[in-house]
Formats: sequence, C-alpha cells, structure tokens
Amino acid sequence: MALNQFLLLAAFLFAVGAYGVITRRHTVLVLASVELMLTAVNLNLVAFGAFNNDPVGQVFALFVLTIAAAEVGVGLAIVLLIYRNLRSSDPDDVDVLKG
Amino acid sequence: MHLPSGFFLDHAWLIPLIPAVSFWLILGFGKRFGARAAYCGIAALSAVWVLAVGAVIQWIHRVNVADDGKGGTVSALGAFGRSLARAEEGKSAAVAPVIHATTWFQNAGVKLTVGTQIDGLAVMMLFVVATIALLVHIYSFEYMRGDRRFTHYYAALSLFSASMLFLVVASNTLQLLVGWELVGLCSFMLIGHWWEEKPNSDAALKAFLTTRTGDIGLLCGVIMTFFVVQRATGTGSFDILAVNNAALSGKVGHTLLLMCAVGLMFGIIGKSGQFPLHTWLPDAMAGPTPVSALIHAATMVVAGVYLGARVYPIFWQGFQIGNSHVNFMAVIGGITVIIGAGLAFVQDDIKKVLAYSTISQLGYMVMGLGVGAWTAAIFHLFTHAFFKANLFLGAGSVSHSGSHHSFDMKKDMGGLRKYMPQTFWTFVIGTGALAGIFPLAGFWSKDEILATAGHGNYKAFLIVGLVGAFMTAAYMTRCIYLTFFGEYRGGHSGEHAHGDVAHGVDDAHVHGVDDAHAVPGFGSHDDGHGAHEPHESPPLITVPLWILTFLSITAGWLQFEPGLHLTKFRDWFQPRVAFPLPGLFSANHVATIPDVKFSAGLATISVAIALAGVGLAYLFYWKRAYGQDAAAHNALLGAGKKFLVNKYYLDALYTDGVIAAVKGPIANAAYWVNQYVIDNVLRTTGRVATVVARFVYRYIDQRGVDGIYNGTAVVTGESGGLLRKLQNGRLQEYALFILIGVAAVALALAIRF
Amino acid sequence: MAHGFDAWALSLVVFTPIIGLALVLVLPRDDEGTIKLVTLVTTLVTFAFTVLVVVRFNYDKTDKLQFEVKKSWIDVIHSNYHIGVDGIALPMLALSSFITLLCVIYSWNHFPEPHNPKAFLALILLLEVGMNGTFVAQDLILFFIFFEIVLLPMYFMIGVWGGPNREYASIKFFLFTLFGSALMLLSFLAIYFKVDVPGVAGGHTFDIPLLVAAGKGGMTHGVQLLIFGGMFLGFAIKVPMFPFHTWLPDAHTEAPTVGSVLLAAILLKLGTYGFIRIAMPILPEAARSWAPWIGLLAVIGIIYGALGCLAQTDMKRLIAFSSIAHMGFVMLGIASMTTFGLNAAIFGMVAHGLITGMLFFVAGSVQHTFHTREMSRLGGLLQQAPHMGWILSFCAMASLGLPGLAGFWGEFPAILSAFNPLSTIHQTPLFRGYMVVAAVGTVLAAGYLLWMLQKVAFGAPKPEFADAHIHDVGVAEWIAWTPLLLGIVALGVYPNIVFRVTDGAVTSLTKVFGG
Repeated sequence: MALNQFLLLAAFLFAVGAYGVITRRHTVLVLASVELMLTAVNLNLVAFGAFNNDPVGQVFALFVLTIAAAEVGVGLAIVLLIYRNLRSSDPDDVDVLKG
Repeated sequence: MHLPSGFFLDHAWLIPLIPAVSFWLILGFGKRFGARAAYCGIAALSAVWVLAVGAVIQWIHRVNVADDGKGGTVSALGAFGRSLARAEEGKSAAVAPVIHATTWFQNAGVKLTVGTQIDGLAVMMLFVVATIALLVHIYSFEYMRGDRRFTHYYAALSLFSASMLFLVVASNTLQLLVGWELVGLCSFMLIGHWWEEKPNSDAALKAFLTTRTGDIGLLCGVIMTFFVVQRATGTGSFDILAVNNAALSGKVGHTLLLMCAVGLMFGIIGKSGQFPLHTWLPDAMAGPTPVSALIHAATMVVAGVYLGARVYPIFWQGFQIGNSHVNFMAVIGGITVIIGAGLAFVQDDIKKVLAYSTISQLGYMVMGLGVGAWTAAIFHLFTHAFFKANLFLGAGSVSHSGSHHSFDMKKDMGGLRKYMPQTFWTFVIGTGALAGIFPLAGFWSKDEILATAGHGNYKAFLIVGLVGAFMTAAYMTRCIYLTFFGEYRGGHSGEHAHGDVAHGVDDAHVHGVDDAHAVPGFGSHDDGHGAHEPHESPPLITVPLWILTFLSITAGWLQFEPGLHLTKFRDWFQPRVAFPLPGLFSANHVATIPDVKFSAGLATISVAIALAGVGLAYLFYWKRAYGQDAAAHNALLGAGKKFLVNKYYLDALYTDGVIAAVKGPIANAAYWVNQYVIDNVLRTTGRVATVVARFVYRYIDQRGVDGIYNGTAVVTGESGGLLRKLQNGRLQEYALFILIGVAAVALALAIRF
Repeated sequence: MAHGFDAWALSLVVFTPIIGLALVLVLPRDDEGTIKLVTLVTTLVTFAFTVLVVVRFNYDKTDKLQFEVKKSWIDVIHSNYHIGVDGIALPMLALSSFITLLCVIYSWNHFPEPHNPKAFLALILLLEVGMNGTFVAQDLILFFIFFEIVLLPMYFMIGVWGGPNREYASIKFFLFTLFGSALMLLSFLAIYFKVDVPGVAGGHTFDIPLLVAAGKGGMTHGVQLLIFGGMFLGFAIKVPMFPFHTWLPDAHTEAPTVGSVLLAAILLKLGTYGFIRIAMPILPEAARSWAPWIGLLAVIGIIYGALGCLAQTDMKRLIAFSSIAHMGFVMLGIASMTTFGLNAAIFGMVAHGLITGMLFFVAGSVQHTFHTREMSRLGGLLQQAPHMGWILSFCAMASLGLPGLAGFWGEFPAILSAFNPLSTIHQTPLFRGYMVVAAVGTVLAAGYLLWMLQKVAFGAPKPEFADAHIHDVGVAEWIAWTPLLLGIVALGVYPNIVFRVTDGAVTSLTKVFGG
C-alpha cells in the first residue's frame, strides 16, 4: 500500500471532523468531531512512522490518544456544566466570551 | 607697602546681615512686636549706620596712608595740605579694595565665591544707603503710625535695607544680580503695600515686570562677565576685580565686551528708570511716601548707576567711551534727562513731579557715565540721594499734616508755607540743591558732569545737560508755588481727600481704625485730619528733614575746588585699581578719562541758567496767580502796573515761547508718547501675549498637539470597535476562522514550494 | 563594594516601604489610625535610612559609586542587582524620601474622595519603592523595573481619587508613559546586544557603569542616534518636554493634591535623571548630535509653557504648565552638556521639586478650603487666610527664580551654560540664541506667577466667599510645609549644599562627553 492512501483517508477524516466542529448544533457532537480530527492526525503519525521506520510516530500517536482521553473527559464535564447552567447544548448559546 | 584695613572693612558682611536678622525677627515675632517692630528696624539700621561710618573712616585712613607712603608731602596743614600736594602731582597711589570672600557654590572644582569688596565706591554707597534708610525708618514711625500692616511694612523695609546693602558690598557680579533682584522684590512688596486696591497691585506688578524686562539684558550681561574673565585668564569668574582687569587686559574681543555692555545697559535702563523703560517709576508712587524716598529716589533706582560704575571698564571698552563722540549709554542718559524733565511740568501730583525729576536726574548720572565722567556721575548719585530723599520726605510731610493725605498740588495744597514753615524751608533748600544753585550740593555734582562732557568729545551732551538744568529749575519752582504759595485750597475738601481714588487709599489705610490687623500698642491715633487746619509735622518727621537738608547743603563741599582746592570725593571714593581713570591705570595703554578741573566759567553759566529757570517760572506762576480773576483783567492790570511792559514782554516770551512750548506741545507730546505709545507698547504686548497664548493654548495645544494624541486614541478605539464585532463569542465561528487561517497558510506554503 | 551597614543601606532605603506596605495591607480597612501610623513610621524610617546614607556619604569622592551592592540577579541575561549612589543620585534620593514623608504627613487629614486611606497610603508606599529604586539602580533592567513600578500607583491615584475628568487623565498619563517606556526598553535591549563590553561574561551587559566605560562599543553613528532616539522618547515624555507634554496638565489638574505633589516633585525627575544617568553617558556621541534639538525643544518648552500659563484660569493647571517651563530650563542645562549645565539641571530638579511641590500643596489647600481653583472666583487670600497667602506669595517668588531662593540656582547656571555649550556640539551660536530666549522666559515666568498672585492673593475677597469661615494653614500643613519652605530658603542662600555634592560627579561625567 502506498503512503498516499493513508494520507488521503486521514485528510478525509480530518475534513469530516472539521465540518462537524463548525456546523453541529449539539456540543457533544462537536466534541465527537474533534475526536475525529484527532484520529486523522493519529493516522498520519502512525503512517509516517511506519513508512519511515521511525518509532517516534507510534510514540506520539500513543501520547495523543492519552491526551485525547483526558480531553474528552474534561470536555464532557464542561458540556455537562454548560447544560446545567444554560439548559441548552447549542454552542451558539454559549457566547459569554463576546467582545 | 602694608595698607591698614580694620575691623569695619574686614567685617562688612555684618552690614547686610544685621537688617536681614531684623527682617526675620519682625517676620517671626511681628504679632507680638506690634509697634515695637519699628524699634527693631531702627535699632538694626542704627547699628548699620555705625558700621558704615566706621567703614568710611577706615577706608579714608587706608587711602591716606597709601598716598603718604607714595611720597606725597605731608604738610602740617593735614588733609588740606595733602590734597594740595596731590593736586600738583596728579597721581594717586593704588589702593587695593578690601576683599573677603567665601565659597558660595562650586563648578568643575572651581569655587565661586560670595563676599564683600569694600572700596571707595562701596563705602560711599554704604554711607548713603545707611543714612537714608535710617532716617526713613525713623520718619516712617510717625508717617505709618496705625497702618494695618505696620509690622509688615517694617519687615519689608528691613529686607530692603539688607538686600540693598548686600548689593553694595557685593564682591562679584552674580552677587550684584542677586541683590538687584531682591531689592526689586522689596520694591514690589512696598509699592503694593496696600494691595487691597487694584491700582496699587497693578503698579507693583508693573514695576516688577518692567524692571524684570530690563533684567533679561542684565542676566545675559552678568553671564557674559563670567566669560569675559574666562577669555582673559582661562578660568571664568564673576569677581568684580577680575572682570574689570579682564575688560582692560586687551585679551577679550570687542564683540563680547560690546554685547556684555549692551546687556548690562538694558538692566540699567530697567532699574534706573531710563528711557524707554522709565514708565514704571511714576506708577511706583502708589507706595507709601517714605518708601518712595528710600527706594524710588535715593537707593534702589541708583542701583543701575552703581552697577555701571562698578564694572565701568566693561562699558568703557564695550562702548569705547574714551574715543567716541556718541554712544548708547550717553544717548539713553541724555534722552532721559530731557523727557523726564519735560514730563515733570504737567504733573499735578507732587510725588509724580518728584518721580519724573528722579528719572531726569538718573539720566544725568547715566549720561555722566556715558561721557566718561565716572567720578562726576557717582558724585551726583551721592548728592542727589540726599536732596531727593529730602524732597520726597518733604512731600510726605505735606500730605501727612497739610493736605489730608492727598498728593494733588492743585486741589489740596497751596499756601502751606504759613502752616508748615519747617517743611517749607527744607523743601526750598532741597529744590535749590536739585536745581544746582551755588553752593548747594547739586551744584557741585551737576557741574562736574557738565564740565567733563564739555571737556571731551561729548559737547552735544553739555547742551543737553544745560537744557535739563534749566527745565529742572523751572518745574521745581512751579512745584513749590503750587504747594506752598497762593491760597490754601484744601480746607473745604475734607471729604474730598477720601474720594480721591489714587491717594484717598493712603488715608483710608493709615487710619483704618476698625481694621482687624490694626497694630496693638498705638492706642487710638486720631488727629481728626478732616476737621483740623494744616499744621507742622511732629519732630519725628521734621528732624530727618533737617538732617537731610543739612546734607543737601554740605554734601557737595567734598569737591569744593574754587579757592579751597578740595577734591576729597575724588581722592577717597574713586577706584584706584583696574580702572581707566586718570593716572591710575595705563599699563595696557587704555585711554583714560580726562582729569577735568573745575571751570568757573561753566559753573557761572549753569547757575545762571538755573536761576533763569527759577526766575521765569516764578514770574509765570505769580502772574498767573493774579490772572485767576479774569482774562479781561489782564489788560487793565497790565496797563496799571509799573512793570507792565516788562511783564508783557516776559509773558509773550515766556508763555508763548519757552514755557508754552515746553509745557504745551513738547511736554504733552512727550507725555502722550509716554502714555499712549510706550505704555501702550507694554500694554499691547501684554494683551497680544495673552491673545497669542489663548490661541496657542486653544488651537495649537488643545486641538493640534493634543489632537494628534487624541486622534491616535480615537483611531485605535474605532478600529478596535470594528474588530470587536468579529469576536462574537461563538466557538464555531472561531473554529472557522482558524480553519480559514490554517488553509490560507497551507495555500501560501503550497504555492511557495 | 561596601560592607556592614553600608552594604544594606540602600536596599533598606528602597525596600523598607515594602514592609510597611505589607503591614498596611493586612490591617483592617476601618482601622485608619493604625494604618496612618504604620505608613508614617515606615516613611520616617525610610527617611532616617536616607539621612544615614547622606551622613555617611563620602563627599570627597562624589564621582564614585558608594554604598555599592552588586549581586547576580537574572543570570540568563546577565542582569545584576546593582545599586549605588554617587553625587548625582544622592540629592534625588534624598528629595524622594523627603517629599514622600511630607506627603504622608499632609495626608493625615486631607484624604480625597473616595476616602479609603488604606489603599491610598499603600499606593504612596509602593510609589516610594519605585522612586527610590530608580535613583539607586545601576543596571538597565533594574532601572526599567523601578521606573515602571511607579506607573501603576500613580495611575490608580489619578484614576480613583482624581477630579471629574479623572478617567481620561489617568489613561492618558498611563498610555503616554507606557509608550515611552516601550521604546526605552527597546533601546535598552539594543544597547545590550549592540555594545561589546570587554571582560564580561557573554560580552554583553546591562550594567550602567560598565556600559559607560565601554564607550560606543563598536556601534555605528546611525545606530547610536536611533538608540538615543528611543531613550529620548522614553525620558522626554516623562520630563515632559514639548511636544510630549500634553498628558501633564491633565494629569495634574485631575490628580489629588498628594498625587500632584509627587508627580511634580519626583516623577518628572525620573525623566531628566534618565538623561543624565543613562542616555547621555552611554551614548555621548549621539547625545552631542541630539543636543541642539534637545536644546531647541527645551527653550520652546520654556516659552510655550509660559504662554500656556498666561492663558489659564485654573490655578492648578497654571502650576502644571509652569512645570513644563521649569523643566525646560533643566533640559536646557542638560543639552549644553557642560558642568554648569548639568549641575544646574540637578539643582533645578531639586529646587523644582521643593517649589512646585509646595505650590501644589497650597493649590490643594486652596481647593480644600474654597472648593474651587478658578482664579476669577478667588481673591483676597492674604486677607482671609494670611498665612496661606504669604506662603503662596513666597512660593510664587521662588518659582519665578528670585535670587536668594532655590529656583534661581536652577535657572541661572542653566542659562549661563547655554552661552558656552560643549564645544564639540559645534552649535555655540545657536545655543547663545537659546540663552536669550531662556532669559526672556524668566520675564514671562514673573508675569504669569505675579498675575496669579494678584488674582488669588491680593485684592478683597469675592462676595461669594466674603462671609465664609476660612481655615488658615492647619497643624498637619505646617508640619508638612515648614521643611519645604526652610529648604527653599536654605538652598537659595547657600546653594553649595547641592552643588558640592553634584559637582565632582558631574565633572567626571562630562569627561565622558568629550570636549
């Protein structure tokens, strides 16, 4: 298999994730889309690592997985709190950072 | 050869210190002192007088020892004999001034000093200042009795004495500048003594600001004296002796000396009431009369002349007095002589007559310095101080006891000769001295100025001087007539004095009984001036007048040349070191002042001219006194009188000729120029400055300069406002922007590679 | 290096207020008496340490740094905790702790609204740390930090306790100064990287004496000019020189009395001190090229400030504008780059600190009593409050440069120095022109000050206040003012008190400028 195939898949996954982050009206789905983008990145890391015979790629992928887990944990906690306070999970309602 | 010094010469620093201490004492304990503040001031000035006289005596001793040591024959006749011998020799020994100095401040390791330089000029001036200040302190005790700010008045007088004496003993030009400004401050305080009324504080401000305008030049001039010395010796210094030596050393470029002289001359113009900055001096009469006598006649206003005499070599070299026909200094002096005298004719206020007269006489002194008559100018300073103080205090006496505190000769005076004989006689003698009548003081000094002017290249100024002498005699006669002769005009004007804006003020304050600041210890002083006849002033006023009268008669005799061959003033007080004076300094071939002998011919002419002035004025005013009935009577009276023709002849000559011309167009034109042109220039300058200032402030500062900054702020703010709309708090839009940004960067990289 | 007490002396002078500050912060807000007492004691102790420094100072070696301490601080950038005083810094340090003490005394019963003495006094103490620190710092980074510490307390002082337009004024003050500081920091960094200093680890340093000794250290003339330009902006805004002065009148007008006093007496001097301590000695070549322009701006400032005064109706604003004129004299002295000029500048700084500080005190008390500073509404102060009136007259006289009082000795030698500036500036005729203009400025100064005096002090009280019960000078005011008044007289009568201290240091400094 060629490296390009992995990269194209990763790009597709990333694009889907980015689209989701921008358009989804539900915060949990936004988080899920973020996970999708991270997966795309992981895929790239692993692919480059394998093709270059460099273990650093796998190591980084593992790091990202760990951090992604933590991120989801914190992210869900925030979503829960937002919902509890605003009775909404639409990210557009959360605009308290408005300038 | 060792020259004797002595306690008084070595401890001259005590002289300004004593009144300074008195000032602080009065300031600190003023309330508790009450009337005793005056005792404090008088005691201080008495001590100063003793010290000053001691210094004079020791200085004369020093000079005599020096001259004897030089081999002059000492005859059994003592002083007379010595001066005879000296006159034959025509040379004097160099007598170094007594200088004591201590560090004042240092720069680049060089110590600049403060100290005393006592020489002939200084001891002469010390005597003048101490004497007149003491008499004025005594006089004021009666004159200012019950004043609401009696203690302040004495504090200011003490401070003035201290500053003036500090100026006199100064050993360097910087110190002169310091004293100069301090006396200006005291003048400001005392002119504005009754500051509740706007005209008084206006006059005070005008005096301070006008003299300060001249001080621009003085400041630059004093600075340049420092560099004059630096050019000559390599190390700068303000020391008067060093400055004089440097100016005569020939190592200093003429341009620097000229600029220095011009700068200092501006200072003199401001302080000594010279044309065109003389306008403040008449206004300064808003102050109490003793102050006018002390500050604005005898001492402070001659500070300019004193400065000119102190660093004379600067002027001598800068203006090339020794070999020119005309120079800045002489011209300014000459103009001032004439305009001052001309203006004195049209005044109704007795103090203003004297003020303009002072201006005119100061013009004589400056002109004297300008034509090379150093000794004569200083001699005139010496004699003028006594007779002018005499006249001013006389005018004060008149207003105090004769005219209900008014100074208006036409409204409130007249006929006072009968009521105040002592004031009358002292005033007349003072007038004689001022007019230059033989053998009173003014005769000798004025004549010496004229003689020197006529001797050298300055013949034009001899004419100016003679014209001035004529006018002086005439206006002073008018003044005496209006004040002391004719009918008393003040009797019916009890309330009028209070209504008089300019000087009713004086009255209101002197007798402000209900005043919160009234001085304790006086009791109620109410001689009911409104109701009383005019009367002679009490001894506290007349005794100082008589002392000054005595000096007005005798002060000139120090130079009694005809017959007695006295040249004491010259021998004692003329500087002996570093001066372009006859036979004293010729090491660098500096042209020296001609040694002018007394000229009997010139003296006769000048006395004759003065008497002519007196006579013409006498006839004119006495004639006008008759003529008050009606103009039509003139012809009848004239026809019936024995000297009708003569009278008519004189009338025609005098009224239509001399006096009409002088009193009418000339004086009025001069006065007009004074009031409307020069004064207007000052006023307009002030107004324009304010307008410019407002404009600059409003449009340039607030809108222009500040506008730039505010504009920057506004632009930043507005652009921030625009950008702020982008920040709407929506997370997903932010993500979109990030994405767009990343895409743009990626695109850029892709294109690049 | 100093030992024993001497090694600690300056650190104590600088950081004692921090201890007081900590104490004030832990005290409860309502306990005003204790707060005042703690602040007073702190400033007194600080002043006592300063006096000890002044006493133990070796006046034969004023050109050497004394009480010097040099400890490694931020190794990465070779910045040291280097402090010390010489003849130039000593008068300023003394002035700073002296004026702060008097301000605390004056504050005893003059707290502006909103009251809150705790915060107000805490800010004064913080301000003192910055001011004292700036005058002893011998390291650019240390200097910068102290220089900036000053900014914040003053910002709050104006912004919280100021007049009606306080927000505008405080922000203006803050932004102007910050803008200058940014450029100044840039210049400091440029110096660090551009100047090669031999015998120092890394070849670069922020140490001021080392930089001065290093000379231009391989910089081209153009680079020097630019770096000097950055510092010029930073310091000139603080001074303030024309045309960077516009923050000053606003800040002064709005600031509370004590804020105005500190601002005028000390903060402005940070700028002029910066010129003398840093900009000119480190970059003498650039300074010579800049000097004619600095001189020009200085004399424009003298005339312009005076004109500004003439157009004022507000007493405090008038005094603020007069500061611009007075600092013009100081800058003229500095621009001449001569011993006379620099001596005059330092004397002028001290004198202006005493005199203008005093004038602001009086203006503050006038406002406290009459609730207005409009000169057209005032009048007859000498009648209603004679002591205050006399003090105002005295200060006006001192401010217009009357000989015998302190102001004269700042002005006269400065004008004198312009007659003969450093010969290598090659602009002697131009400077002589400046001399005359500056001399004209003294007349204008007399004009506006006497005019103010006439309006405020002379005449009769206006009907509005004719029957008002007016308090004359109170006890706290007497205690705070008497030392200032005595100082003005003492320096005026015997100016060598300051000149003796500065002269040695200034003389060795001018050797760096090159003749």
